[in-house]
Amino acid sequence: MSVPAGLIYSKEHEWVKMEDGKARIGITQFAQEELGDIVFVELPQVGDQLSKDEPFGSVESVKTVSELYAPVSGKVVEVNSGLEDSPELVNESPYEEAWMVVVELTDESELEELMDADAYGELIEG
Amino acid sequence: MSELKRTPLFESYKKYGGKTIDFGGWELPVQFSGIKDEHEAVRTKAGLFDVSHMGEITVEGPGSVDYLQRMLTNDVSKLKDGQAQYTALCYEDGGTVDDLLVYRRSDDRYLLVVNAANIEKDFDWLKAHAQDGAEVVDRSEEYGQLAFQGPAAETVLQRLTDADLSEIRFFRFREEVPVDGRRVLVSRTGYTGEDGFEIYGSPEDIVALWDAILEEGRNDGVVPVGLGARDTLRFEACLALYGQELTKDISPLEAGIGFAVKLKKDADFIGKEALLAQKENGLERKLTGIEMIDKGIPRTGYKVFKDGKEIGHVTSGTQSPTLKKNIGLALIGIEHTEPGTEVEVEVRNRRLNAVTVETPFYKRPTNS
Repeated sequence: MSVPAGLIYSKEHEWVKMEDGKARIGITQFAQEELGDIVFVELPQVGDQLSKDEPFGSVESVKTVSELYAPVSGKVVEVNSGLEDSPELVNESPYEEAWMVVVELTDESELEELMDADAYGELIEG
Repeated sequence: MSELKRTPLFESYKKYGGKTIDFGGWELPVQFSGIKDEHEAVRTKAGLFDVSHMGEITVEGPGSVDYLQRMLTNDVSKLKDGQAQYTALCYEDGGTVDDLLVYRRSDDRYLLVVNAANIEKDFDWLKAHAQDGAEVVDRSEEYGQLAFQGPAAETVLQRLTDADLSEIRFFRFREEVPVDGRRVLVSRTGYTGEDGFEIYGSPEDIVALWDAILEEGRNDGVVPVGLGARDTLRFEACLALYGQELTKDISPLEAGIGFAVKLKKDADFIGKEALLAQKENGLERKLTGIEMIDKGIPRTGYKVFKDGKEIGHVTSGTQSPTLKKNIGLALIGIEHTEPGTEVEVEVRNRRLNAVTVETPFYKRPTNS
């Protein structure tokens, strides 16, 4: 399975893309495949505070609910509200159209605890 | 952890892209192409399910009817040869041991088809109440089972057999039906809300027929279907799932399968007194449909509230692939079950608005 280079990854299968000191966050191809057909995405609101490793929302497939765990701490500055009406984008375009939130980092050193594409690739190959 | 059990079709899943999960100790496919696709295929064309994990228990001997009349809630004496009946096994207190199908092969030969997770429990329960003249044998290892469900199922299966399938009416079955050279039991029953068949045979025959039916039905849009869509299909049709709608703490009357409980049949059966009392005193709670008003999906175990007071819980829920609505079945206080009653469902610490609705959620269109 291809894991895009240039992104960093959490062990909970979220990806982080750094853009001008802000972090864009979504879930990985592996995560969406494991979940199956996604029918509902619950996200925080702009202004909410994310705490690393704490749930910040959820993704529901036909079969199950899966919490989203914050890969980093920070304040939400953008939310992908399009996912409310088109949750299937998470299956179709997990790295592009189905980004979930953008946050302003509280502590940049948290990024060091995340994995690069190679390390994440090894994790999901198991 | 103990080793997961597998059906005779385990090796076939991979060939069709099946993704397996642990389902009550069985390694079974949750999906092949995807739950929504498979669900739609069954509603519009047809789908093939491996349900070989289900248990088969035979009851044979001159005392079979007397014995089954005492064990089962439905009236076995009404069955004719070649007829099947949905029924339940109950505890003395009216709680449910299992729900099952009973097939009458002849007046002294019956086949019970039980839920996979309950095979041992049911068998022990049946043996513990054994009666002379009724021999109870667990034959689950001897049978594989396929479910072939959907509007195109009959047409496709008919091409594989000389027997006239139209003669097998709903809840009827025939044995030794030659299907693609195999002799199997074909029953017009199912767990999807669609027309279709359940096919019982030896493990080898079932493995062969799995490939044969998928091959024959390829141009008709027939696909293999996993447990995920099996669950969403049965849920839309409001067919009970043991462990959710029915448990040892939930009676068949509360779960809305009172049609399978014959309190007036001549024979006394285990649980009759308790169920009779429930009926005479009025049920305290009942299974009802709910539909979310707020955004959110009701899931098994979520609590249901009315005016801040807990009134019950969700037994099953999902986003209905056919109706595209977030709906559930909930076991709640009977005073709140009138359709149109506003209730709240607790979804991850938030109380979301929902309303009670009529069931079933889905009924297949009829030709007449």
